[in-house]
Amino acid sequence: MNDVVTFYSLQPLWPELFMALLVMGLLILGAFKGDQSTRLLTLLSIGGLLLVLLFLLVTPTGKSTILNGFFILDTYAVNIKIILVFALTASYMLSVKYLYDTGFVKFEYPLLILLAGMGMFLMVSAHHLLSLYMALELQSLSLYILAAFHRNSIKSTEAGVKYFILGAISSGFILFGISLLYGFTGELEYTRLANAISGLEGIERTAIVFGMIFIIAGIAFKISAVPFHMWTPDVYEGAPLPVTAFFAIAPKLAALAMLIRLLVGPFETLVIDWQIIIGFLSVMSMIWAAFAGLVQKDLKRLMAYSSIGNIGYALLGVVMVTTEGVSASIFYLMLYMVMTAGVFSIILCLQRDGMSFKRIENLAGLSKNHPVLAYSMAILMLSMSGLPPLSGFFGKMIIFKEVIAQGMYALAVIGVLTSVVAAFYYLRIIKVMFFDKPEMPYSQDVGGMRRIVMTVSVLFALCYILRPDTLLPFAQNTASDLMGKGIYIEHSLEQPLIVPNVIKLGY
Amino acid sequence: MDFPILSLLLFSPLVGVLFLYLIKGDAETINRNARHTALFTSVFVLAVSLLLLMGFDSNEAGFQFVENRTWMPSLGLAYHLGVDGISLFFVVLSAFLTPVCILASWSSIKTRVREYMIAFLVLETFMMGTFLALDSFLFYVFFEGVLIPMFLIIGIWGGPRRVYSAFKFILYTLLGSVLMFLALLTLYFQVGTSSIPELIANPVARNIQMWLWIACFASFAIKMPMWPFHTWLPDAHVEAPTAGSMILAGVLLKMGGYGFLRFSIPMFPEATEYFVPFIYTLSVIAIIYASLVALVQEDMKKLIAYSSVAHMGFVTLGIFSMTMEGLQGGMFQMISHGLISAALFLCVGVLYDRLHTRDMGRYGGIVQNMPRYATVFMILMLGAVGLPGTSGFIGEFLALLGVFQANILVAILATTGIVLGAAYMLRLYRVVVFGRVTNKDAGEMSDMNQRESAILISIVLMVLALGIAPNLILDRTSASLQALQTHYESHIQSAHQHGVLIKEKISTDIGTDYHE
Repeated sequence: MNDVVTFYSLQPLWPELFMALLVMGLLILGAFKGDQSTRLLTLLSIGGLLLVLLFLLVTPTGKSTILNGFFILDTYAVNIKIILVFALTASYMLSVKYLYDTGFVKFEYPLLILLAGMGMFLMVSAHHLLSLYMALELQSLSLYILAAFHRNSIKSTEAGVKYFILGAISSGFILFGISLLYGFTGELEYTRLANAISGLEGIERTAIVFGMIFIIAGIAFKISAVPFHMWTPDVYEGAPLPVTAFFAIAPKLAALAMLIRLLVGPFETLVIDWQIIIGFLSVMSMIWAAFAGLVQKDLKRLMAYSSIGNIGYALLGVVMVTTEGVSASIFYLMLYMVMTAGVFSIILCLQRDGMSFKRIENLAGLSKNHPVLAYSMAILMLSMSGLPPLSGFFGKMIIFKEVIAQGMYALAVIGVLTSVVAAFYYLRIIKVMFFDKPEMPYSQDVGGMRRIVMTVSVLFALCYILRPDTLLPFAQNTASDLMGKGIYIEHSLEQPLIVPNVIKLGY
Repeated sequence: MDFPILSLLLFSPLVGVLFLYLIKGDAETINRNARHTALFTSVFVLAVSLLLLMGFDSNEAGFQFVENRTWMPSLGLAYHLGVDGISLFFVVLSAFLTPVCILASWSSIKTRVREYMIAFLVLETFMMGTFLALDSFLFYVFFEGVLIPMFLIIGIWGGPRRVYSAFKFILYTLLGSVLMFLALLTLYFQVGTSSIPELIANPVARNIQMWLWIACFASFAIKMPMWPFHTWLPDAHVEAPTAGSMILAGVLLKMGGYGFLRFSIPMFPEATEYFVPFIYTLSVIAIIYASLVALVQEDMKKLIAYSSVAHMGFVTLGIFSMTMEGLQGGMFQMISHGLISAALFLCVGVLYDRLHTRDMGRYGGIVQNMPRYATVFMILMLGAVGLPGTSGFIGEFLALLGVFQANILVAILATTGIVLGAAYMLRLYRVVVFGRVTNKDAGEMSDMNQRESAILISIVLMVLALGIAPNLILDRTSASLQALQTHYESHIQSAHQHGVLIKEKISTDIGTDYHE
């Protein structure tokens, strides 16, 4: 492991290195060319991401750990990164036109997204608690700046500061958890940590569980699972609209992927303890988001609660601790990302004279003035509420299929009932658009890139039923790479697990 | 039969939707072309469904015209379609009522005509799919998909309280559906397949059946609707546009009955036997309570809505009597009610188009100026009452005959519903059609135009034809229903024998213990 570091030995790290170099190069370019080069920088960033995608696609399957276990590149990481490339590209495509329209062009914008993207890449590949922390901070700091990007707006600044303070606390949680783990095992690298933890008993094990809980709480903050969700609605509301779109689309997948790697890796032997914690987070997220979403008046806040609820469903798959469950989670998040990108592409279009509108009532009568936007939104909202035959249904179906397969009927019932409650607020948007009196028309200019995102998203929601197996093998492949091999400890997770009686309700 | 006629039925409306989407021109042209395209499409579907009816082999109890292709191979879900005696007439009914609804809204829908027609054609596809699907998840996709176009139809083209009604409709129904979804998932893991014929052939253990039966009951009872889950129905009916009420009463309510026949009874026979008294109780309450409520309604649509609840009570009674007469009666009553109630809603719509009120008191004496309307309305009203010679009689009579064999008390109580039914329907007719002209504008309404006459007379003819020659339907449904009943009986019997054996074993065990 302690080989000389050469350029070729760093091959798994090439995408991240390339992104870092790209950010620096573009920074220099932007500094010379000024703010009006934002579009150019965005296009170059997208181009860079496509190169990264190409690299990821040709990466040979298999597992390679480099830098003394700091960094791992396995199929799991590669696949998650492929999804992230699409998420980042969609975020870029959504934002450019908005920045120009609202007269708020800053060339740092695409660079910060790229930097955050690099942080996400590193998070997914983190195989060491320190690299996990550094990657998380790289991503988070970029996100804090992005949230406060609208410097002249009080709301945006407030969102940035709030996000930063709460984010710093959660980082503190994670660090404290890491220190506990290190104190009791003396290890930070996942494989060695897993072995160290598996041998512990009694009070030492309890201490490790405490450390784990702190780490989970910190990451729960990043994925905004209830009760660590408080920042989400405020930050979503305050941040500039394209930034909110980016928040909704990309970071959660990275954080969840990181969490899953941690849970089934070093904490594999603590499954009894973390399963109930994740189950609690999941149930609380579903319930809280469903009911809190009912009273929202702001579209961005609504999308915030929607994202909280959806992370609840995604976590439900993780609670199952099976390959199928994790693949269901990844699959669910993929479908969710496609829908969210589409929804934000529509919200971003609600502009008039350089002003953008984001209250739900601003959608009133959209179907009269902008039928295309209204119908797209309606389809996406129906899909989000999980009604067949749209794509959102299949996400929920795969999740609940696994919950039922594991015999956790109580969880399944809670899940479907909250989905009915949540359906109300998605349907309310349709009600406002179709049943209410029209407002003033908005600017007709959708914009090329936004239109692409919108069209892809809507067609995906509509046509997914024709080939419902499309993304599932990809998700299964991803999950089985992580779960199936009995990676760390000798025994395999494919064996039936001991499920706490609290969650399980048999016949 | 190699030609995929069921897929043709399923997808033709969507092709129509595509054409509707492509229509270009000014508003007037779009509206006119949209109406014609939708009508043409739905008539084409009707023609195909008649071909299906002609090709149907009434001696065959199993599924016919089966199509089976992989759909979601990773889970083993299939695009599996087929039709048997139970689903055949629901398919034909859907195919018949869709063009009728499109004609009924020909001039009453003036805004967003294209969207309206798209909603109706999409609805037709979903209705067809619900009745044709032989894969439980495919069934669920269509069953719940129906909610989307219906939600929009009520919400966009409905009356003043349409938003409340649309939400009540969709959330109420969704609540039941998601529980059924969990039941289907559980079945999928218990039996290891999602194919409906295989699920029927391999019922699960009794204790599991109980839970699954309740979950499915939640969905079908709300859809049907059975008392006390009916409260969404009057609201939805009152606020929906005329054609929306027609399709709701005509087809959507029948999905509940179809669900009982396709899922609850054959898949959970032992649970069904256990819950029969429960169903009897709810049905009898529904019949008497809904009839009493209908008796005091002033809103014509609400009155017919409550009469639907009562009539559906006869359907559940008939079906769950599990006698051949009862099953046939329930089945027949569903088809008959689909025709009659749709036509009655159209009758209300005809008046509403002229005076824009559904208040019975605003009318009166219209027999003077609308003689043709009065005649048609009378026949339909008598059909709803169950007068011999109309299809309504056959359904109610057979259903009661079936219940009578199973439980005399229930049959007696249910029969009072017929008397009450006559009371409220005759009251409706007397107040609206006879009497003196109290409101001048009501006395000046024009009689039905040709379009309205054509629709209503065609339905009246069918109601009379089925009343005189019920075997048109009964012959074709009997084989499948007979198979259903035999399946049910055999499972109940083997379960009882099993129970007896266990009892004997226990007693012998105890006995040996005792002797030792």
